[in-house]
Amino acid sequence: MTQPNTLTIAQARDALRKGELTAVELTEACLKAIDAADALNAFVHKTPELALERARAADARLAAGAAPSMCGIPVGIKDLFCTEGVASQAASHILNGFRPEYESTVSAQLRDAGAVMLGKLNMDEFAMGSSNETSTYGDAVNPWKVDDRRLTPGGSSGGSAAAVAADLCLGATGTDTGGSIRQPAAFTGTVGIKPTYGRCSRWGIVAFASSLDQAGPMTRTVRDAAIMLEAMCGHDPMDSTSADLPVPDFEAALGAGVKGRKIGIPREYRMEGMPSEIEKLWADGADMLRDAGAEIVDISLPHTKYALPTYYVIAPAEASSNLARYDGVRYGHRAKLAQGDGITEMYEKTRAEGFGPEVQRRVMIGTYVLSAGFYDAYYNRARKVRTLIKRDFDTVFADGVDAILTPATPSAAFGLGEMVDADPVQMYLNDVFTVTVNLAGLPGIAVPAGLDRQGLPLGLQLIGRPWDEAGLLNTAQVLEEAAGFVSKPAKWW
Amino acid sequence: MSRIDTETARKVAKLARIAVPEDQLPALAGELSNILTFMEQLGEVDVDGVEPMTSVTPMRLKRRDDTVTAGSMPDRILSNAPDAREGFFAVPKVVE
Repeated sequence: MTQPNTLTIAQARDALRKGELTAVELTEACLKAIDAADALNAFVHKTPELALERARAADARLAAGAAPSMCGIPVGIKDLFCTEGVASQAASHILNGFRPEYESTVSAQLRDAGAVMLGKLNMDEFAMGSSNETSTYGDAVNPWKVDDRRLTPGGSSGGSAAAVAADLCLGATGTDTGGSIRQPAAFTGTVGIKPTYGRCSRWGIVAFASSLDQAGPMTRTVRDAAIMLEAMCGHDPMDSTSADLPVPDFEAALGAGVKGRKIGIPREYRMEGMPSEIEKLWADGADMLRDAGAEIVDISLPHTKYALPTYYVIAPAEASSNLARYDGVRYGHRAKLAQGDGITEMYEKTRAEGFGPEVQRRVMIGTYVLSAGFYDAYYNRARKVRTLIKRDFDTVFADGVDAILTPATPSAAFGLGEMVDADPVQMYLNDVFTVTVNLAGLPGIAVPAGLDRQGLPLGLQLIGRPWDEAGLLNTAQVLEEAAGFVSKPAKWW
Repeated sequence: MSRIDTETARKVAKLARIAVPEDQLPALAGELSNILTFMEQLGEVDVDGVEPMTSVTPMRLKRRDDTVTAGSMPDRILSNAPDAREGFFAVPKVVE
């Protein structure tokens, strides 16, 4: 039989329901795969006892009948989610030793649906990064490899992407503030969806930029993304921005086809110096949707080029406020103090020791753009440009466009360490196609669509109307089927 | 445009409550300047009469009843504190 850990969520669900497989067997297969994959550094806190306990409970529930789809499905949880009694440190030294007394809403919903948590997944520190190289746990490594180089799985949800691609778990939670689900999904040949802002509760997820952060699933297929997303969504009174809207049956919406649907191709995403392979992949994707009956139209999103600078004002501004809570008083690390040090020295030393360089940089940029004299010039101006960026999308959707097709990333996965000497702004360019979606609060999904000439996966992104995850997943599945991406990384770890 | 000098970098680090050694301030100033230069493209955009975004989805924040829903768990709240004594968070002397 197929190794159980390589099954999709849909396949495993069906096998569990038929009694061909138990949740304990499935969980044990994943735990074994995890223990053999330390070279990937994807799981940074393993919870095997908890997993087996939940698997046994899932088996009992399955035996009783009428268990939800996620019942007995082993998943990994990004370290950004607070999990009760289990280390949750946002991959930061400043949260060393933090064991929350509570469970995030999203991970609680998965738990209550019967999903089995295998452990916590590596990520960039406080989700700030595009390569998983800012983590206090060290780099996560992409299971895809074409030469001697170890490649990045992308970031910030790098551990989630690596774990799903390497069959260590059947699905994983990610979070996406500027592309942190979609870029790692593209780099690892997996599927990642960031839902509409407000679909998933942010309660219990360590905050980075609260107006942009959204959780979402990372899976091996679009169908799995639909199944897992549904379990993660829903209104939560603990998050005032959580939407009080019914959650549709996303899986049931699949298979409707794209006949007559209008797909926009934004001309401003044709960046100068874009690799020809990315351009071809994009054109091929448009052809696939056209062949499936969609109408392909050229559209314009005129403020696209201002999305990255807007993001890099707003996200650090919000981060500098959110990260003010790490002061060495209530949780995590506190610096050793010298004789005569007062509370200010405690704050300054704790934060200097606890935050890595990229987090310090962003907190200080945020502090600067919010400071007296610069607030209007930077922060308020960025918020106005954000209004214009959203208006661009509103106009296109009002003109009848159902979804927008773009590349997911400007390149395939790069080597770990290759960007070390680059200007931070060079790293920020990874988010060029994804960041607009967060600024406009829209749903976006990355779907694996092909391999580059080295043999590394490349992804396409589809952007949907607000709250139309169902339609977006349906279109994404058409693209997934047409692209027929079936490659898996050859096991070297 | 607005290049950040060492003095400004020192002030920003102070406001952010992050100790930056004196000899690292010039490098920090350079990095912050580069990032700000990148942001200055926003100056090209005509934003006259545009409202700054406060909420990305056009919905009114939910109100809740003004009632106590949780509490009476000081031990759990203090359980992660680096220094907790007698039911309080302990910090170095604040007032001389």
